[in-house]
Amino acid sequence: MTSLPGTTQKKLGLVIDLDVCVGCQACATSCKEWNTQGVSAPLSDAKPRSAEPMGTWLNRIHGYEVHDEGREDARIVHFPRSCLHCETPACVTVCPTGASYKRAEDGIVLVNPETCIGCKLCSWACPYGAREYDAPTGVMKKCTLCVDRIYNENFVEEDRVPACVKACPTGARSFGDLGDANSAVSQLVRERGGYDLMPDMGYKPTNKYLPPRARRDTAVVEALPKSDGSAMEKLFAWADKLMSAPKASARANESDLSDRLEG
Amino acid sequence: MNPAYSVILFTTASGAGYGLLALLGLVGLNHGQASSVAFAVTSMFVALALITIGLLSSTFHLGHPERAWRALSQWRSSWLSREGVAAVLTYPVALAFGLVWSGLVDAPRWITPLGIACLFMSALTVFCTGKIYASLRTIPQWNHGLTVPVYLAFGLATGAAVLAAVATLFGRFQTFQVILVLVLLAVVIVLKSLYWRAIDTAIPRFTMGDATGLGGHVRQWEVPHTNVNFIQKEMGYVVARRHAEKLRRLVMLALLAAIIAALLSWLVTPWFSFALAAAALCAAVVERWLFFAEATHVVNLYYGIDKA
Repeated sequence: MTSLPGTTQKKLGLVIDLDVCVGCQACATSCKEWNTQGVSAPLSDAKPRSAEPMGTWLNRIHGYEVHDEGREDARIVHFPRSCLHCETPACVTVCPTGASYKRAEDGIVLVNPETCIGCKLCSWACPYGAREYDAPTGVMKKCTLCVDRIYNENFVEEDRVPACVKACPTGARSFGDLGDANSAVSQLVRERGGYDLMPDMGYKPTNKYLPPRARRDTAVVEALPKSDGSAMEKLFAWADKLMSAPKASARANESDLSDRLEG
Repeated sequence: MNPAYSVILFTTASGAGYGLLALLGLVGLNHGQASSVAFAVTSMFVALALITIGLLSSTFHLGHPERAWRALSQWRSSWLSREGVAAVLTYPVALAFGLVWSGLVDAPRWITPLGIACLFMSALTVFCTGKIYASLRTIPQWNHGLTVPVYLAFGLATGAAVLAAVATLFGRFQTFQVILVLVLLAVVIVLKSLYWRAIDTAIPRFTMGDATGLGGHVRQWEVPHTNVNFIQKEMGYVVARRHAEKLRRLVMLALLAAIIAALLSWLVTPWFSFALAAAALCAAVVERWLFFAEATHVVNLYYGIDKA
């Protein structure tokens, strides 16, 4: 059924800390590794060793350059992007076959590969680019929140988390029930001001992003040692001058050389 | 958006087919039984052939065409499913109408209700087609009040042009058909011009800052992969967008050619109605291609565009 459940018992999802993410791609590769043999199998690759490799991935790590107001220097924010398991996802309601569905028990959005006709309309309906069409198998693929790990009783308790969360070396990814106000992830969202992507789209994402923390002012060096006029300092100043002079002439030589080469 | 050629063929061919079917329903409603069995059978065949070609071609872009029947199940939530249901239900209605209208089955009192049913089902199917696009909040150029009216207007106008051509073939070309075509082409031109003006002057709803939540001064620094992925191929199509101005002029030129052909078929010889049908269908195909190419999906905000 592509009609959405009114409420879900749990709202399982991820909290992604943009302050901590270093863009190492470990979550993306572990996701690919797990899910190409899990319920989403296969995540196909086309021409993987050619100049134009194409492949289905459920998690993509972007890099953005952010300029804070009133600062000249920029900062780099690594930005993992995957399915947000929205509360009111149009990717589910547009599905004509019922292959896309949102689970009433935990809110996970899934695709049934047995009934998907590969019309791609769900990928058009997703503002977050979370769904990727797998051409060789002719069906749509998306993040399953590792539904085959998180309930897997063959795993020890600590391994029952999505592969991306398990793989993250900096702890930038947390998994839990965002519908439970007392859960660790909900507390994290409260403490750090976790936010929704494109809230005006109205899809009510479950996954939350934690903003990068305010920056310490490392660009300005505050405590330059003041001159005390000692003999030692004069010696260093003289040495500095001595060593600076040949550099200037060396640079002149370089330009001469380049002139000659160009000529 | 990447224009899938099968979808362009589908929406233009079936649009014309449903437009023709609706008009034939209207003809039956006004005039009762057709004066010629050959004309009735041929025109019904053309309408259903256009619809069927369209529907079949729409299954070509599916990953699993053999599962297409499943698309009839989710009409409660999905406009694509509703379109499929409406399209399938139109067949028996159209066949029944064709049989009584042509006189192959002698039941003249059924012509009027079945004619109305043809009109209604055709309009409903094209309405659903338009709604598939108009309901997508992710594509501001589609999520627009004029999307559905343009689909309906193009369907009717191309249907009327095809009707004029088929009528000519059977010596049943009438001045009224020319007037109908001219009015519908004028409606198309007005609606499409309004639509283009609206999307050109629309204020972008989302920025890269909204998409990432990182505020007003965000720039793409590094893409997540070395080659383009499905998202970029499907949603990031820009080939025709670069030529949008030229293509818009081409649409208008084709519509103008259709108008001239309509006038010539009236004033010189009805055989110009074939040029009319060809020009109108050309305009519809280029317009549909542009409809895809000019659509900017918000997911592109993650891939470097500033606003959508």
